[in-house]
Amino acid sequence: MINFIEKMADSFSYKIYFIGDSAATIDFGNVIAEEINKKVIALFSYLSQHPLEGMVEAIPAYSSVTIYYDVGWLRKKISVQQKVYEWIRNELQKLMLKDLAYFRTSTNLVRIPVCYEEFGIDLQFIAEQKNISPEEIIRLHTSKQYRVYMLGFLPGFSYMGEVEDQIAIPRKTQPQAIVAGSVGIAGKQTGIYPLNSPGGWQIIGRTPLKMFNKDKDEPCLLKAGDQVEFYSITKDEFENYQSRRT
Amino acid sequence: MRIIKAGVLDTIQDRGRFGFQHLGINPGGAMDSFAAQSVNGLVGNNANEPVIELHFPASIFLFEQEAMIAITGADFSATINGENIPLWQPIIVAKNSILQFQKWKEGARCYLATREKLNIKKWLNSYSTNIKAASGGFNGRALQKEDVIDFKEKNEYKKILQDNDFITLPWKEDILWNTTPIDRIAVIPGNEWDWLTEKSKSKFLKESFIIDSLADRMGYRLQGTLQAKESNDIVSSVVSFGTIQLLPGGGMIILMADHQTIGGYPRIAHIASAHLPLLAQKQPGDKIYFRLTDQQHAEDLLLQQQQHLLQLQNACKLKLEDFFNADN
Repeated sequence: MINFIEKMADSFSYKIYFIGDSAATIDFGNVIAEEINKKVIALFSYLSQHPLEGMVEAIPAYSSVTIYYDVGWLRKKISVQQKVYEWIRNELQKLMLKDLAYFRTSTNLVRIPVCYEEFGIDLQFIAEQKNISPEEIIRLHTSKQYRVYMLGFLPGFSYMGEVEDQIAIPRKTQPQAIVAGSVGIAGKQTGIYPLNSPGGWQIIGRTPLKMFNKDKDEPCLLKAGDQVEFYSITKDEFENYQSRRT
Repeated sequence: MRIIKAGVLDTIQDRGRFGFQHLGINPGGAMDSFAAQSVNGLVGNNANEPVIELHFPASIFLFEQEAMIAITGADFSATINGENIPLWQPIIVAKNSILQFQKWKEGARCYLATREKLNIKKWLNSYSTNIKAASGGFNGRALQKEDVIDFKEKNEYKKILQDNDFITLPWKEDILWNTTPIDRIAVIPGNEWDWLTEKSKSKFLKESFIIDSLADRMGYRLQGTLQAKESNDIVSSVVSFGTIQLLPGGGMIILMADHQTIGGYPRIAHIASAHLPLLAQKQPGDKIYFRLTDQQHAEDLLLQQQQHLLQLQNACKLKLEDFFNADN
């Protein structure tokens, strides 16, 4: 079998910058693109399995990976001639010369039931704005797989993309109270609110699945790099799910 | 320890919940990590024991058993059974004493620790309360009336206390260890610092900024505006405790302990970690000034502070040992 060897540093330009005195970011460019996010997830997976010395944690975003590091711990560890941030920058540069193609992680496909009609409080608004029927919005939303680019905003809140242009719509100007499980659209992104929260995404449905469960070892149903497919369920099915859950 | 009257926002905190930001679970933790680690040090605890972070008006506590406590950070005129007690100093309190905070004097939040250690369960490797996720700390929420926080340990202080309601132990943290008073908060330029116009950069570093009424554990809005050369958003990426974001329209927000993990506004600067405790004690209406520093100096400041905290912790452990040995 022939392995397609590629080095991070060869195939993508990157930039290292610092987030204050205890974190550093490797940035692959200010864009949302699946190919770049795949690099991000590969690097994040590598760092999770092979943490740098003194690393506190690694965090993937759309097009960047950030590591937090322990300045006090590293100070004792490294040569006195070198500042901790210099050492970190060096290590990150060395890391980028590695072949991380291996760490293209296997992607989970997660299928998520959504009751659209009953809970899609903004379906009508989108329908009017985009001159499209609510049924067509649901059909388009369930017609493809989405990539989970990252989690953020709330515990387990997934930023997924990209929705078809016909249903892409800007977020609301004023945040509103949103119920846990609500599925929304903001621009070309789609996402699920794991908790009750104020939010500005246009709501098209609700899933009965618990996206965040504090009592589980893995409290979030989705993780960055997953693929997600939505399918439509009726209100009865939604209620059945909920009663099974409890 | 029983809460007989609830405060406005009193929560269990530690140094923060790290390792879960990739799931969107923020670190949280004590806003003033210096005061929080000091208060543990003063009573002989390790730096990451859970402490109670109190805002004014603060809870009223009833000690249902004897305890050694300390309070650090903001000055809310703490009293035991109505008598003033000092901050930054260990105090032994008798059973059935009442700890009450009478009047706001200075600062935004204070910290309470007990040598008997609070019996709190960890969630995702941390004691900190995450109110949004209703998890961690004490039932995932702020303390309420009639909550009882158990201690992990029980100590006998009868011989020391005799008939007193409390005894103040004869050592105190020297909070003036950093002898030059700090009148400007050190910031490191952020990745989008150069998005600011030259005029705005110099305004940011010369003028004072007033903390807006929108200032809480999530972030501090600042009054006043800056100008960017062009109004672009960035693709959302990681932000941190101390990140200063430039909002659309030119406003600024400093992200604090309960910040989101990811943000999409330009990051013009980041507060040096060693100066976050200063900022954590500021309140709406307070005026702050910034000065520019670099990675190297920010790192040195942080290391000095950690060194001080380590010395405090070791010194207090020794003093406590001596104190109890002398007594027996």
